[in-house]
Amino acid sequence: MTTISLPIPKRPVHPTGVWSWITTVDHKRIGILYGVTAFIMFMTGGLEAMYIRAQLARPGQDLVSPEVYNQLFTMHGTTMIFLAIMPMGAAFFNYMIPLQIGARDVAFPRLNAFSYWTFLFGALMLNLSWVLGGAPNAGWFGYAPLTSSAFNPGDGIDFWILSLQILGIASLAAAFNFVVTIINMRAPGMLLMRMPLFTWMTLITSFLLILAFPVITVALIQLMFDRQFGSNFFLPAAGASPVLWQHLFWIFGHPEVYILILPAMGIVSEIIPTFSKKPIFGYPVVVLSGLVIAFMGWMVWSHHMFTVGLGPVANSVFALTTMAIAVPTGVKIFNWIATMWRGSIDFKTAMLFAVGFIWLFIIGGLSGVMHSSAASDAQQQDTYFIVAHLHYVLFGGSIMALLAGIYYWFPKFTGRLMNETLGKINFWLVFISMNITFFPMHFTGLNGMPRRIYTYDSGMGWDLWNAVSSAGAFMLGAGILLFLYNAITSARSGEVASADPWDGRTLEWTISSPPPEYNFEQIPTVQGRDPFWAQKYEGVAMVPVAGGSGENGGHSIHLPQPSYWPFVASIGIFIGGFGVLYINAASWIGVAVAVIGALITMIAVYAWSLEPVNDPDDGAAH
Amino acid sequence: MAEATAAIHGEHEETSTGLNNRKLLMWAFLGSDCMFFASLIATYVVYQGKSLKGPFPEDVFSIPITSVSTFVLLMSSMSMVLAYAALRQGSVKSFRIWIFSTAILGMTFLGFQVFEFRDFVHEGLTLKTNLFGTTFFTLTGFHGAHVTLGVIWLLSLGFHSFKGGITPDNHLDVDLAALYWHFVDVVWIIIFTVVYLFGVFPGIN
Amino acid sequence: MSTTSSRSKIYLGVLLLLSSFALLTGCTPDDPQSTFDTVGPVSRSQLSLFYWIFWAAVVVFVVVGAALLYTTLRFRRKPSDAMPAQTHGHTAMEIGWTIVPALILAVVAVPTVLTIFDNANSPEPGALTVEAVGHQWWFEFKYPHPTDPEEQVVTANELHIPVGEVVNVELVSRDVIHSFWIPKIAGKVDMVPNSANTIWIQSNEAGEFFGQCAEFCGEAHALMRFRVIAEPREEYDAWLLAQAEPAADSIEPLAAEGQALFEGNAAGCWACHTISGSAKSRGSVGPNLTHVASRGLIAAGIIENDQAGLRTWLTDPCEAKPGNVMCTGAAVYNNPDKSLDEKQISALVAYLLSLD
Repeated sequence: MTTISLPIPKRPVHPTGVWSWITTVDHKRIGILYGVTAFIMFMTGGLEAMYIRAQLARPGQDLVSPEVYNQLFTMHGTTMIFLAIMPMGAAFFNYMIPLQIGARDVAFPRLNAFSYWTFLFGALMLNLSWVLGGAPNAGWFGYAPLTSSAFNPGDGIDFWILSLQILGIASLAAAFNFVVTIINMRAPGMLLMRMPLFTWMTLITSFLLILAFPVITVALIQLMFDRQFGSNFFLPAAGASPVLWQHLFWIFGHPEVYILILPAMGIVSEIIPTFSKKPIFGYPVVVLSGLVIAFMGWMVWSHHMFTVGLGPVANSVFALTTMAIAVPTGVKIFNWIATMWRGSIDFKTAMLFAVGFIWLFIIGGLSGVMHSSAASDAQQQDTYFIVAHLHYVLFGGSIMALLAGIYYWFPKFTGRLMNETLGKINFWLVFISMNITFFPMHFTGLNGMPRRIYTYDSGMGWDLWNAVSSAGAFMLGAGILLFLYNAITSARSGEVASADPWDGRTLEWTISSPPPEYNFEQIPTVQGRDPFWAQKYEGVAMVPVAGGSGENGGHSIHLPQPSYWPFVASIGIFIGGFGVLYINAASWIGVAVAVIGALITMIAVYAWSLEPVNDPDDGAAH
Repeated sequence: MAEATAAIHGEHEETSTGLNNRKLLMWAFLGSDCMFFASLIATYVVYQGKSLKGPFPEDVFSIPITSVSTFVLLMSSMSMVLAYAALRQGSVKSFRIWIFSTAILGMTFLGFQVFEFRDFVHEGLTLKTNLFGTTFFTLTGFHGAHVTLGVIWLLSLGFHSFKGGITPDNHLDVDLAALYWHFVDVVWIIIFTVVYLFGVFPGIN
Repeated sequence: MSTTSSRSKIYLGVLLLLSSFALLTGCTPDDPQSTFDTVGPVSRSQLSLFYWIFWAAVVVFVVVGAALLYTTLRFRRKPSDAMPAQTHGHTAMEIGWTIVPALILAVVAVPTVLTIFDNANSPEPGALTVEAVGHQWWFEFKYPHPTDPEEQVVTANELHIPVGEVVNVELVSRDVIHSFWIPKIAGKVDMVPNSANTIWIQSNEAGEFFGQCAEFCGEAHALMRFRVIAEPREEYDAWLLAQAEPAADSIEPLAAEGQALFEGNAAGCWACHTISGSAKSRGSVGPNLTHVASRGLIAAGIIENDQAGLRTWLTDPCEAKPGNVMCTGAAVYNNPDKSLDEKQISALVAYLLSLD
């Protein structure tokens, strides 16, 4: 097929070592890559938080300069949202979705690999800013005109813009993949209303990603054009409105928070039924509430802009829509409680984290309702009251659920159970220290402490609670390190896990821990929800698909062949991104580098499109 | 073996909906591209009439000329349809003629864009001049970039057909390109209406 | 676990929840920027609304929390447990627990909308209107001149208002987005370039109230503060008249020396600051200093306005307020050859202190 005699490597067939990871297209390996990278980024963001809390532990400190502090909170927010929570969710999507729907891989395995490598390069680019002139310093939300070159001449904001664009490409690629996979590759009999709830939430999240990311892509392009080419999108002197940035950003930004929480809710919706030995209460309503949240999530964005001066009519409308969205959110909580009611609850660590999620999410949700009232929000906006709310829903919500998911699915990934004793200590340490860190922020916020200030004076009444928060933050850091210790030691020498250590309900528990490369020896036919439970306890056997390729004990299953083109395409984007970043500073060199990067990507994509999914010469399967 | 490989690709094998995987992917992608252009168009509309100084749309637009280029692009959608139909009917030769025609019409459209932009620059309208210049060039520029990528795609398909790479069996490859091409055309119709036609309506600015 | 002991655990849990709330909500401090210590109708209405929603939230928390606590305790797995009934749902309940929250929210929504409109529209559009201009990183205030309708009285960082009266504030920004916030008087409204935002405020208590910029605006955002002095009408009028007077040339020798420096090129202050009465000092980059000595604080509410404070500020503004425009823009702070010596600083301090 390729007739040029360039010394390009042949397509790998059975690669080993590092090369096998670089060329992998196996969703399970890609899931692990995502998970490990995301966790490292989570700890990076946590380190940034430690600095912030150290600086704020006492009034009038100067452990860091204001400029560095501003970079710290910008990077903390951007890292946690885009490099930790979203990719951690992606790790679960990758590993679990094919297993939950009874598929052998995702619809586009190479696109899947591409989305991981692009994510990695985006994360790398963002963090390189620390050493290449300074990290971005205008907040994770980058309001114009503070981000314009007039007020922010350094490269930090350009790093922020380009990294987010690259991360956006990664997220979109993944979202496209999961939409097609979930819609098109379900096992026979798995109707949409029979899918596991995690799969449902992944589908909804993927649609949100597809529709929301382009909006921030445009906002970032516009900002970049202003900075690099002197356009006028956000230039007040030309008559532009900085509020346009806010509208575009939050039209993306609000669906984004549902992108952050829906997968978490999906995970919790799997764990609670399993450990209560009951099906989820009100499955159709839980699905519907997810859909309603996703739909209504498009109608609330200006609640982030209540103080911008949109006027009382707009503020009232958005206040009402924001209150309305609390209804489907609350419904989920009641359904979870009803699932546990009259169940037989086993408090394994995963279940502890899931229930902990519910407690913390109730608090976060209620403070959200307080914000929804635009009039009283005028006192809360831009204060630590909001910081409290957002951490309750993002840490107490998303992170707790992701940790729960790791405890739950760890045996499936590694074939070993995480240590339960350490797990329980881990849970209580994290749960308690999370509250110590973030609950006092409700007080400082209502006591008038604004956000994003590198220091404060004594005598404001903020000293005690800041000290408490900071102490809590360090405890929380210890809790996360304990988690890491548990994960690493359990992966090495934890108790060996069976295929179904939790007496699960869904398809992933029917196959070995860890699964074989082809996942299912025989694709099952499904006849209802919780098909594995139905098979175990209700006598509804899952008949394998007739004539399926697994009939020789897996030996005639052909899987997508590894490929290096996704990796190369990502490198091209990375190089191209750097070129664009430096256009203003380095003029023709920047353009040249950008063009080279684009060419690399285009060649890679072209070669990738001509490369068949499987190499016809691959011989027998593994 | 071909069955199993196709199973992963969803090409000939059953998918849960019966839709081909790559087709669904293209639709998902077009959904995101819709939001992309919607955001650019919304920005244009928000800033319509807000430029502090000229040139303004009525100073630079030539509706007659842009109508011609619009017609050219519309015709390219027709030739795209004919290309796909020819392939489905088994005539690779006709397919080739029509796909290259589509690419040529697309390039003609781009040529019109380039000349139009040059004219505007000579009349003092650039990306930096005012809100109109900023939003106009960004919106139409990204549209033009989409057309350019489309032209490259169509030309590759055309050249690929010389090596026997395009047959009635893999008509999907052409179908996907056609979907993309029609999308780009529809976006242009919206841009032509909102930017050009509304731009010269008296009283809009 | 016996039913009695689990019941008592539940009671204990609920009691704990309630008492912690009582404890925590018992704290309504009167700290300088506390939103609980309201002195005017706007902040009062916002606090009332907050309490309304807060107590509704407490009720929801207690009810849902109790249900969650009870469920997790009562249904813990016991070895004797049989397989639980695989209940799939209960339509009536699900409808019920969709409607009830919606009703609770409706109860929250009505006062919300009413308060939004009350606070947005000034009850007295014809009342005193002050223009507040946000700068990186200080607040400029412009008043209508007490006698000359063509003129304005310009000051900075200390806003005086007559107590018990509506004051309309027009909010603009010279550079990036800032936010105008005096927690005890009113919730914040942003100062957005190219937007004409307004806020109405009223303090029914005389006193000095703390304000702070509440929209991240760059390096020195944390140190962008201001004070609001609410005083009886007669005192306000007297203050405004005094502020409207141009500054007289300094007579006292050290202050005169300071004035010469201020208006000369060795210090160059005249280029950025206005002192009305001085023909030379007409700059508009920094705050108007005509009556700077009458203010309690300098550098946007962060340094005491006395000998020591002024010395600190003039000696090293970069140390006092990293990134501020005087530090980055003035030659005397950028160029080591041009920096001011002790004597010069003493003179300038004397001059500034004479501008009351």
